[in-house]
Amino acid sequence: MAAVTTTARQKAGWTTANLVVIALALIPVLWLVSLSFKTPTAVVDPSFLPKQWTWSNYFGSTGILRTSQFIRPLINSIGIGLIATLIAVVLASMAAYAIARLQFPGKGVLIGMALLIAMFPQISLVTPMFSIERAIGLFNTWPGLIIPYVAFGLPLGIYTLSAFFREIPWELEKAAKVDGATPFQAFTKVIAPLAAPGMVTTAILVFLFCWNEFLFAISLTSTIASRTAPASIAYFSGSSQFTVPTGPIAAAAVVITIPIIIFVVFFQRRIVAGLTSGAVKG
Amino acid sequence: MSTETPTVATRAVAARGRPRRTQLSEGARAERRLGWLLCAPAVIVMIAVTAYPVGYAIYLSLQRYNLELPTAIKFVGLSNYGAVLASSYWWHALEVTVIITIFSVAISLVLGMLLALLMHRTLFGRGTVRTAALIPYGIVTVAAAYGWQYAWTPGQGYLSAAFNYSAPLTSEVKAIAVIIVAEIWKTTPFIGLLLLAGLSLVPDDLQRAAKVDGATAWQRFMRITLPLMKPAILVALLFRTLDSFRIFDNIYILTGGNNGTGSVSILGYDNLFNALNLGIGSAISILIFIGVAIIAVVFIKGFGTAAPGTDLRKR
Repeated sequence: MAAVTTTARQKAGWTTANLVVIALALIPVLWLVSLSFKTPTAVVDPSFLPKQWTWSNYFGSTGILRTSQFIRPLINSIGIGLIATLIAVVLASMAAYAIARLQFPGKGVLIGMALLIAMFPQISLVTPMFSIERAIGLFNTWPGLIIPYVAFGLPLGIYTLSAFFREIPWELEKAAKVDGATPFQAFTKVIAPLAAPGMVTTAILVFLFCWNEFLFAISLTSTIASRTAPASIAYFSGSSQFTVPTGPIAAAAVVITIPIIIFVVFFQRRIVAGLTSGAVKG
Repeated sequence: MSTETPTVATRAVAARGRPRRTQLSEGARAERRLGWLLCAPAVIVMIAVTAYPVGYAIYLSLQRYNLELPTAIKFVGLSNYGAVLASSYWWHALEVTVIITIFSVAISLVLGMLLALLMHRTLFGRGTVRTAALIPYGIVTVAAAYGWQYAWTPGQGYLSAAFNYSAPLTSEVKAIAVIIVAEIWKTTPFIGLLLLAGLSLVPDDLQRAAKVDGATAWQRFMRITLPLMKPAILVALLFRTLDSFRIFDNIYILTGGNNGTGSVSILGYDNLFNALNLGIGSAISILIFIGVAIIAVVFIKGFGTAAPGTDLRKR
C-alpha cells in the first residue's frame, strides 16, 4: 500500500516538473503569438492574451505577408538556407566519409581545423568579409551569405556525419569492394544510402543554423535583395518614426518560428541524436 | 592556436594505431589520395572563409583605415590596438561580456542538469518535454529577443506589468539581467540535451549498488553521476562559454548595446558600421579572437576538456 502511494506521489511530482518545463519553454513563444494577433491599438495592453483577435498583422493592408519588405527576405532565407545546407552537407559528407573510413595523413589537421572554425568568433570575420565582399562584388548577394554559411555549417556537418558514418557496418563496404566496386562506388552505392538518415539530421541542423544566423545577415547585406528574414525584421519601420511596429514584428517572428516548430515536432529524435552525436561520446 | 592540442594528439594516436604501415601498398596510396580528394573541397571553403579573412583582418588592424577618410589610409603599426586597449569602452564591453558569460553559463548549467535529470528519469511525457525543450533551442534568437523586449516594455508587456510596470531595459544592471535571462532560456535546452547524453553513459548498476550500500540520492549524484559526467559537462561548458562570449543577437535586439550593455561583439560591430572604422574594428575583432583562443586553451589544457571529435581518435 505504501509503495502504491509513493509511486502515485512520484508520478505527480514528475508530471508537475514536466509541466513546469513545458510552460517555461512555451510561454515566451505563446507571448509572441499573442502579440501578433493584437490590434494595433492594443499595443498599450499588457495582458497576456489579446482582448480582440485580428489577422491584420499578417494579412491586413500593412500586414507582413503583403509587403515585399518581408516576403522577399523570407524567400532569401529559404533559398540561401537550402543552397548553403545542400553544399555544406555534400562537402561534409565527403570529408566525414574520409575521416570515418580512410587512413590518410592530415586527418588530425582537418579535425582540428573544423574544431577551430566551430569555435570561431563570427564578429572577427565580419570586418574583413565586409571589406573583401565589397571589393569582389559579393556584398549584398546570395553567394555573399551562402559562402560563410557553408563554412560555418561544415564543422557541424563533419562532426555529426563522421559520428553517424562510424555506426555504418564496415563489412558492407568491403563486400562491395570484393564484388569489384571502386572506393567511390562503395561510397555512392553502399554507404550513402545507409548514411541518408544521418545526412537528413545534419541537413536539419545546418539549415537551423542558417535560418537563425543574424550577424552576417545584417553585416553583409544592404537591401532586401539578399537580406534574410531575421535581419529584415530589425529593419521594419513604423508608420512614423515614433511608432514601433510591434504587431508586424511579432507576426514576422511567428512566421519564421513556424518552420522551427515543424522541424522540432517531426524530427525531434533526429535533432537530439544529431546534437549529441558530434559532441559527446565518452 | 587552440587546435594544436587535438591536432598533435590525433597524429600521435593515429601513428600508434597503425605501426606496421611502413611501406605503402598500392591500395593504401589510393586510399590516401581519395582521403585528400574527399576532404579538399571542405578544407578549401573553410580556409577561404576563415584563414584568409583573419589574415586580412590582421593587416587591416595595422592600418589607419576609416571609410569616411579613404585618402588617409596609412600603416600605423600597433597603434589601433593601443587605442582600443586604452579605451574605457573596450574594457567596459569586456566586463559586460564576461559578466553575461559567467552568469548565463553557470545558471544554465545548473538548470540544464536539472532538465537532463528530469528527461532521464521521467517516465511520462518524455517526448513532449523534449519537443518543448527543443523549441527554445531552435527558435531564431532574434524572434525570441523581440518577444522578451516587448514583454519587458512598460504598458505593453506582461512581464513588465507583473513586476510593477518596471522598465528594466532602460537601466544597465537590470537590462543585463534581462539579457542573461533571455540567454538562459535559449541555451538551457542545449546543455540539457548534451548532459542527457552524458547521463545515459552512467551505468545503472553502479547507482543500484550505491543505493544498496545506503547512499542517499544526493550522495549518489555527487559521488557517481557527477564524476562520470565530467567529460560531458566540460564539453557543454566549453561550447556554451565560447558561444556566450560571442553574444550579439540578443543584445542587438534587446538594448542595441545602449546604457552600457554592449558586449565586445556589439562594440566591434558599431566600430565597423557606425564609426566606419575598419582599422579599429579589425583590432577589436582580433582581440576577440584572442579572447576566444584563451578560453579554448584554458578549457582544453587547463581543465582537460576532451575536444569535440576526441571520439574520432579512438578509431
